[in-house]
Amino acid sequence: MIHNMTDDELIWRISGGSGDGIASTSQNFAKALMRSGLNVFTHRHYPSRIRGGHTYTEIRAAEEPVRSRGDGYNFLLALGDSFARNPQEEAFYGNEEIKPLSENLDELREGGVIVYDEGLLDTSEIPNFDERVEENNWHVYPLDLRGLARDMGREVMRNTAGVGATCALIGMELDHVEDLMRDAMPEKILDPNLEILNTAYDQVREEYDVDAPDVSVPTGDHDETQLLMSGSDAIAYGAIDEGCRFIAGYPMTPWTEVFTIMAQNLPGLDGISEQVEDEIAAAALAVGASHAGVKAMSGSSGGGFALMSEPLGLAEMTETPVVLVEAMRAGPSTGMPTKPEQSDLEHVLYTSQGDSQRVVLAPGTVEEAYEQSRLAFRLAYEYQIPSILLYDQKLGGELVNVPKSHFDRDPNPTLGKTLGEDALADEPHSADGKFHRFQHDVDDGVSPRSVPGQKGGRYLATGNEHDPTGHISESPDNRVAQIDRRTQKLEAIRADLDTEDTGSYAGPDDAKYGILTFGSQQGTVEEAVDRLNDAGVSVKSYGVSDMLPFPTDQVEAFVESVDEVLVVEMTASGQFRGLVQKNLGRYGEKLSSLLKYNGNPFEPAEVVDGFEAAILEGDGDASGHQTTFVPAAGD
Amino acid sequence: MSTFSAIGEEREIDRDEYTPGVEPQPTWCPGCGDFSVLKALKQALPEVGRSPEETLLCTGIGCSGKLNSYLDTYGFHTIHGRSLPVARAAKLANPGVEVIAAGGDGDGYGIGGNHFLHTARENHDMTYIVFNNEIFGLTKGQTSPTSPKGHKSKTQPSGSAKEPLKPLSLALNAGASYVARTAAVNPNQAKEILVEAIEHDGFAHVDFLTQCPTWNKDARQYVPYIDVQESEDYDFDPTDKVEAAEMMRETEEALHEGKVLTGRYYVDEDRPSYGQEKRAIGEMPEEPLAERYWDDDYEWERSHDRFLEKHE
Repeated sequence: MIHNMTDDELIWRISGGSGDGIASTSQNFAKALMRSGLNVFTHRHYPSRIRGGHTYTEIRAAEEPVRSRGDGYNFLLALGDSFARNPQEEAFYGNEEIKPLSENLDELREGGVIVYDEGLLDTSEIPNFDERVEENNWHVYPLDLRGLARDMGREVMRNTAGVGATCALIGMELDHVEDLMRDAMPEKILDPNLEILNTAYDQVREEYDVDAPDVSVPTGDHDETQLLMSGSDAIAYGAIDEGCRFIAGYPMTPWTEVFTIMAQNLPGLDGISEQVEDEIAAAALAVGASHAGVKAMSGSSGGGFALMSEPLGLAEMTETPVVLVEAMRAGPSTGMPTKPEQSDLEHVLYTSQGDSQRVVLAPGTVEEAYEQSRLAFRLAYEYQIPSILLYDQKLGGELVNVPKSHFDRDPNPTLGKTLGEDALADEPHSADGKFHRFQHDVDDGVSPRSVPGQKGGRYLATGNEHDPTGHISESPDNRVAQIDRRTQKLEAIRADLDTEDTGSYAGPDDAKYGILTFGSQQGTVEEAVDRLNDAGVSVKSYGVSDMLPFPTDQVEAFVESVDEVLVVEMTASGQFRGLVQKNLGRYGEKLSSLLKYNGNPFEPAEVVDGFEAAILEGDGDASGHQTTFVPAAGD
Repeated sequence: MSTFSAIGEEREIDRDEYTPGVEPQPTWCPGCGDFSVLKALKQALPEVGRSPEETLLCTGIGCSGKLNSYLDTYGFHTIHGRSLPVARAAKLANPGVEVIAAGGDGDGYGIGGNHFLHTARENHDMTYIVFNNEIFGLTKGQTSPTSPKGHKSKTQPSGSAKEPLKPLSLALNAGASYVARTAAVNPNQAKEILVEAIEHDGFAHVDFLTQCPTWNKDARQYVPYIDVQESEDYDFDPTDKVEAAEMMRETEEALHEGKVLTGRYYVDEDRPSYGQEKRAIGEMPEEPLAERYWDDDYEWERSHDRFLEKHE
């Protein structure tokens, strides 16, 4: 077994019930760690439930860059679940109150720390608790956080007390936490929170010997301003910087995050946000707004995106630029609404009738989410084609530190080949004045467009096959010319994408083995590749972002250069591996799969162990992990 | 003056400007009521001073959807049932454009029914013409949402067990601020109603009875029609919601008893349009959004200067 190389890291998990402020507390603490000079990465786990239930957020912090959740964690702050189902009521399914502690023990590393709220949690209700503590050399600190908070006036402040206790136990100064509280809290609640933070901190320091912490906070230093940002933030900011000022949507987890950020920010930018009756309408509104000449987007998650199939096809046929984002969650049907998966890949590539004429990009990191959100808009408007940004609950919700300078770029509100009235006059028209919006022979297949209200730009956009003026036509010659022209755009986009290579590579060029992945698993795979190389295994990885048009040459070169390739993805049927084989047309005997579809993203160790079992040992059995190995064709 | 010079231009407009050079003769069946919608629009648009290049006609799918091919404005022939969301977004993006949506009764009251309710509810400043022939025409005569109970067709061989949908009442209850019914057999009234609907600042719903002689009724079955404003038998105030609702109920029941009532049923000139409502809460720009992309002096803000501080 190849173990985690970074012992010098804090992986802090805060657990409680939904509605207990886990998300906001962890966000502030992650920011405090970032401001102290560390690199941070968060992973959240929550149920489809507003109040109560088992929820946690993990913050991994280290001096070195962190690209993934870790293997397990080393510090637990277990708060009470204040919304746990009452045993006296009907439909009671077992003791939920203890879950913030009991549900989190399996993944706590040896030698880890447990702080729990003894005001709410009773360890005698957890089977074999004391034995497990001893066996794993855990350090346990029962604190009456609720009692302390209650004494100081507000029970919700127990989160703050827990953060104060954490800081005392890991040897972290309070200044960054206090600064953040000053930034984030209204005056009325600030003072009592500062007080409880310090009280809990002092109390722990008095009660326990904390001079040699069981788990200590690493130290680090940033040489430039960092931002704590999620994939959803980055996608929204990318859209704004590309001049998108119109969004239409319908709430659905986890896409709601992007929709919310846009809805809150667009009015201040004199843009328009529309919450509408369903996702069919949402995508159709984006198409309508774009047709009228603005940069527009919509989006959803699996089931909602299914409803967008028809407007998506309409955008393809009418060559209306539009950007749709698809935030994947576990399917089919309602699936697991708050759990990540990558199994909408084929859905997004192929949904809607006819041959797909769209761009699909799957960013791997928060930085890439910003860049590829911009890229999706640029390609959509330059090539008059729908672009889909495919991501998942993991990338959308994970918070990482990103240098502020990454966003210091010029805005690009240009509409692509949309002509002004003077230029329109020089374009071909019919005798009756109709503009030839869909000309057969044009550069890159992109025929210039006009916007309603312009003189000399009148044409018909239709979902039917049409002639150059937009009139419905079923002439075989016209049909072939139009399909060929629209397909030619994809070739032009591929050539365009080749100039900026969105792929991410890790490991030595001359490695013996390869790992292919796409989208949000990229960072985890790259950490696994580093660990394997440190252990003497020669392996490299390629995180692919362009799903359509596919970077066939690059992927082929990668596969050609190694003996064997493991394809890592969060699907049950190996959709990405299928896409690779479809595009490459061979190498089936070289590609095996490591799949995970239990609702949790890969941990680096699962990729490391899965790779060893699959490639080095050949039987694929990575015991102890809920991952699945699918051998190469012919094996 | 708009960036888009066709918008707001003062000039005489000839109705022939709306006739396309290609396929000027529609492919509708002889005797089809759809010809009357085309004719009424060609009369109404010059009268309200809206030229082909400042008008966007969004249609659905079906015989009615072919309207785009015969009325030569900017056009968007969308997909079945979805003309309204495309149309209303175009209006939000560029309020200077005259936006008209059109489709059939299956398109608007069946597959697109949800959009009909919500577009009326939001009171977008646009006109929606529903070619109501009480049948699915282009798919060869199946029972539609407005077909009467007992209507027999190849897909309802024992006769429909469903009561027909009541579009006028539905529009009123959903929030439309102008609701009218006219008929292909009444071209003068049709033109007048379309003029009023286009000029109305809000969602104007026109249920247009278009006979389908091939699969359903011919024109004679919509005669005699009665204009509820002109007939002495009817006296109601179309600005009064309660009286309008009662008149609609009577009209919608009478249709299947062979009595064709038409006219203006509800007119609310006071209700702000959706664009006005959005502007009032600061969620819609004063200047048309579509013009901004042509304004070389506009300073586009970027996230770096505006939103990143809170992430530090």
